[in-house]
Amino acid sequence: MAGNENLRTATISVLVENEPGILARVVGLFSGRGYNIDSLTVAPVDETGRQSRINIVTSGTEMVIEQIKAQLDRLVPVYRLADLGREGPHIAREMALIKVVGTGEARAEALRIAEAFRARVIDATTENFIFELTGATDKLDAFLALMRPLGLAEVSRTGVAAIARGTSTI
Amino acid sequence: MSAAPEQSGAEVLLQALKEQGVEVIFGYPGGAVLPIYDAIFKQNAIRHVLVRHEQGAVHAAEGYARSTGRVGVVLVTSGPGATNAVTGLVDALMDSIPVVCLTGQVPTHLIGNDAFQEADTTGITRPATKHNYLVKRPQDLARVVHEAFLVARTGRPGPVVIDLPKDIMIGKAPYAPPPADGHPSYRPRTEPDPAAIARAAAILKAAKRPIVYTGGGVINSGDEAASLLTRFVRLTGFPCTSTLMGLGAFPAADPRFLGMLGMHGTYEANLAMHGADAMLALGARFDDRVTGRLNAFSPGSRKIHADIDPSSINKNVPVEVPIVGDAARVLAALIAAWEADSTPQDREALAAWWREIDAWRAKECLAFAQDPAKGAVIKPQHAIRRLYELTQGLGREVFITTEVGQHQMWAAQHFRFEAPRHWMTSGGLGTMGYGLPAAIGVQIAHPEGLVIDIAGEASILMNIQEMATAAQYRLPVKIFILNNQYMGMVRQWQELLHGGRYAESYMESLPDFVKLAESFHGTGLRAESVDQLDDVIRAMLAAEGPVIADIAVDPKENCFPMIPSGAAHNDMILSAATEGRAAGITDPGLVLV
Repeated sequence: MAGNENLRTATISVLVENEPGILARVVGLFSGRGYNIDSLTVAPVDETGRQSRINIVTSGTEMVIEQIKAQLDRLVPVYRLADLGREGPHIAREMALIKVVGTGEARAEALRIAEAFRARVIDATTENFIFELTGATDKLDAFLALMRPLGLAEVSRTGVAAIARGTSTI
Repeated sequence: MSAAPEQSGAEVLLQALKEQGVEVIFGYPGGAVLPIYDAIFKQNAIRHVLVRHEQGAVHAAEGYARSTGRVGVVLVTSGPGATNAVTGLVDALMDSIPVVCLTGQVPTHLIGNDAFQEADTTGITRPATKHNYLVKRPQDLARVVHEAFLVARTGRPGPVVIDLPKDIMIGKAPYAPPPADGHPSYRPRTEPDPAAIARAAAILKAAKRPIVYTGGGVINSGDEAASLLTRFVRLTGFPCTSTLMGLGAFPAADPRFLGMLGMHGTYEANLAMHGADAMLALGARFDDRVTGRLNAFSPGSRKIHADIDPSSINKNVPVEVPIVGDAARVLAALIAAWEADSTPQDREALAAWWREIDAWRAKECLAFAQDPAKGAVIKPQHAIRRLYELTQGLGREVFITTEVGQHQMWAAQHFRFEAPRHWMTSGGLGTMGYGLPAAIGVQIAHPEGLVIDIAGEASILMNIQEMATAAQYRLPVKIFILNNQYMGMVRQWQELLHGGRYAESYMESLPDFVKLAESFHGTGLRAESVDQLDDVIRAMLAAEGPVIADIAVDPKENCFPMIPSGAAHNDMILSAATEGRAAGITDPGLVLV
């Protein structure tokens, strides 16, 4: 496809007024204008529950990412937003609950790999494990790739939560 | 704790509207809004204008808003009332027109139950509005109404919906005045960055082939922006072109005005845009109707783009100097920077540029051949020229609205606008049926004004029911139909791009517009040939109530000049003589609308 050469992935955090329909407004903006959503998380982040933080991982050309930010910023309930990768170093994490079903050597191998990745076993039967793994998206992807031949049965991922390093805030 | 509220929600709503300065509401009643209509009935401060279809209510409010600079207000019922309003809302969104639309809703306890006349109005109108609200608690009502007006009229203006469940309107609610400290999250930027202004001024000072490209944002900013624009263009001596939405911001009579640019813009405006070395875009959004093929749009110019909406900047065309701000503030800052900078302008280069532009002008791209003989068929361009000429010097303020299609483009080309807020047309959405209800809104706002809807015989039928509104309020709206018995613009594209296969574009079984006007208690007139035209126009202008003038025009006339879809500005088709070139249009061009 033409114009693919300058795609970048952006992690955009948006601080919004926690009003009904705000998530639909953000998601509708992305679908209506044909932008990608790779991951999206949302939860209240202040003590009164009035403000929520939406973290969106998206990809596009620089012009499209700038357009996404401008479109988000003009939504009435949006206070502030930050393009985390662009504005300095940041940390991004997601969590996954991973069900691996199997017995024998595959089961033992799954447990060994889980230890190497520092995944916690949070539930187990003689025929399965449920691992809890937190980390950057690529770490989760790598773990899941290793689990696939070992009986990976189901995954539930949270999507990315992200924050800038150091003292700066959104 | 304050005393229990005394007023009903509907009364609080009206009090908030009054505090916002609302004088008129365009609406249509229904079950869910009966408490509001009851409250309207019991007061005299706010006038209600009964339309005949909810789409008409929104267009009327748009006409009111565009001709006054104030917020237009709409009141419709739940369900179909709200869904009928959606086209008008999107129209207002695309053209940045401040409208507050109050929609009735089923009582809160029935929401989500598929109740009678229930629709998910906030869900449906979310992408159709700048913002929308559902009021579920009486204590939120007054705050939401005040906030809706703030959002509708400030920043880049637009439509706002407030969905009002019936129980909230009937029950008691407390009143609250508008908050003094503004909005917590919504803060449009109006003051431009001085560094960006300085860079812009330096580029413009050094320009040899400059152009000023203005849009509806200058008009939305207010009359001050239009007069500052005029001052800036006269100060610099730059040529100035305008989008469809921006007509009137700069006086058409000024020789520095090149006319409209874009698909049906003038040859001189488009070639100047193509050849410019510096462009100042003000309150315009580089719409595809303006740019033509993007990678060939004004390829050699250093671009400065000022807009109040940051998302309009760098959306379609990357620019060197983005300026976020209100058009009037930007222009005031640019004038100050220009005057403070002692660097002399290259007057010689500018004079050479004007000689080039004058050569393009000499092509007279809007020329047409009207046979003056008695009985000759009327050219649509001639009809608009005569309408323009016969409406001047009457000592009356002239407001023009249009429908959508060929007649709209001819009106933009041949009617001349010297001041902002006198030209109301559906630009972004291209809504057939806009012109008549919009004219009603304009006439309500300007009872003494001469309000003319330049229409086509196809478009006018889309909201013809509003003739009853015009009749009820004795509004002397003039409907000037250029009747070519075709959906003219569709026919033109079929002729140029689809081998002359006129699929469904012929208007079979047209009504007798004279009798139609009479059946709505108006006056009907008809001109069949060029010798009858002036008399019909004069009779139309003199008529007291609503009047339809049905002008039979040449059915085969096409709207030129034209940039074929997907082509560059310097690939304009000037006239029917060269239109064969459109047959060579490329497949990517054919996909475009």
